[in-house]
This record gives sequence, C-alpha cells and structure tokens, in this order.
Amino acid sequence: MQPEWIMGLIGGLLIGLAGAVFLLGNGRIMGASGIVGGLVDGSGRADRSDMWQRIVFLAGVFVTPVLLMPFVGTPDTNATSNIAVLIAAGLLVGVGTRLANGCTSGHGVCGISRFSFRGIIATVFYILAGGLTMVAFRHLLGVI
Amino acid sequence: MRLFFSLLSGALFGAGLYISGMTDTNKVQGWLDVFGAWDPTLAFVMGGAILPMMVAWRMTRSMRPIAGGQFPPAPMPELDRRLIIGSVLFGMGWALAGLCPGPSIASLSFGGIEGLVFVLSMGVGMLFAPSVRARLDSMVPAE
Repeated sequence: MQPEWIMGLIGGLLIGLAGAVFLLGNGRIMGASGIVGGLVDGSGRADRSDMWQRIVFLAGVFVTPVLLMPFVGTPDTNATSNIAVLIAAGLLVGVGTRLANGCTSGHGVCGISRFSFRGIIATVFYILAGGLTMVAFRHLLGVI
Repeated sequence: MRLFFSLLSGALFGAGLYISGMTDTNKVQGWLDVFGAWDPTLAFVMGGAILPMMVAWRMTRSMRPIAGGQFPPAPMPELDRRLIIGSVLFGMGWALAGLCPGPSIASLSFGGIEGLVFVLSMGVGMLFAPSVRARLDSMVPAE
C-alpha cells in the first residue's frame, strides 16, 4: 500500500478532475449536497433533464468504488455503530449543507479554487465547528 | 451529452473519494482531531482536488460549457446568517460521524447499516432544510 498521503493526493486530483469535467462539460458546480438535496426536496426534479443528470452523477459516485474494490482492496468506513450519533450526524449534515448551500465539494473544492469568499468562509467555519466537536465529543464526553 | 459528463464526473468523484481514503471515517475524524492522533491526509486530498479546479476555472474565461449553456455567475461577495449557521451545523455532523455527503454516497455499497442510517438521516435533514431556512429568515429582521 502506498503512503496514505500519496493516495490522498491521487484521489484528490481525481476529485478535482471530476469537478472540472462537471464545470467545463455541463457548466455546473459539482457540489454533492446540492446534487443530492435537489433530488430530495424536489427543487432538482422539476426539470427532467436536470433530474437525470443528478441521478446519473450519483450512480457514478456509488458504483465506481464497487468496480475498484478488487484492485484497491477491501475498504472499511470504520463508522461508529452508535445509531443515535449516526442519526444526529446525518440530520446535522443534511440541514447544515442545505442552509449553507454547499459542503466539502461545493464550498471546499469548487469554491476555494475560484477564491470565492463565501466558499472560504464556509470551509473555515465547518472545519472549526468540526474541530471543536471533536474536542467536546471525543476528548471531553468520550462519545465518538 | 450532459448525461455523459454527469456520469463521467460522478465516476471520477467516486473513484477519487474511494482511492483517497475519504470514505474512511477515521481519516476525516483524524483530520479534525487536532488534539488527538492528527491525520493530515485530508489536506492532501483537498489540495489535490483544488489544483485541477483552479485550471478549470481559468479555462472558463475563454470558452463556453461543452454541452451548452452558461458558466455559473461570479461568486457572491456577501456573507449571510444561513452560510455561517449552516456551515457550523454541517461541521458538527461531519465530525460526529466522519462522513459528508459525497463520501457517504461513495461508501454506501460497503458502509453497511451504519452508512445507510447516515444517508437516510441526511436525506431527512435535507427535507427539513427549507422550513428551517424559512424559520431562520423570519426570526431576526434581515440585515
């Protein structure tokens, strides 16, 4: 196995390439929360073509890891089995990304790369909030 | 054409998330856990992803989208309450589970019941987001 930072860099370049294809091909910003959220709340279902672009994109995200598994190795998400934590986290991520209109891909990757002030500020705030949450829930409360 | 670019982009995104290890919640929580066993992998992923995107944004100056239409307008300069509050809530959830929207979809096939519970909860959160947004906007008079 390669050192983890090399795999991170290679994977990161692929993520950036994905965003570049979405932008230069379709003229859209590749934001995972926006693509999923539009399907969930209906705003991305009004236009049929738009809806199918979202579905096909997500199908690609879902299926590719399955195809790569024989070559890259058996993955493990190491996710907590604490259902209450998973539900709380999912709700927070769902509401938060839609309020902020973006997540790590939209604000982080696509926003920072165009020096978007909102993207940079959003990234600063979600990383700070994440860091403080680790302090509170791992080091003080020991929940995660 | 649009469907092709969407599928290609999704496939590259899924591959990148998977290869980079971002579907491993330990790496995400490790990055955020500055006072624990800090894991810098996420910084390499972010940096690696931003580079091709910087080139792509530069290319938008001298071309049109291949499948037609317009590129997104210039980013808005103003900050607002939604952006800050939303990002704080997202960051909390991101740290609690070590998952964000992209990797949670990319790991659905091998993430077991835990991944499914997270994605379904995220969907419920997204479903409630418009009403939370409306409440937030009506709570305090607009600046």
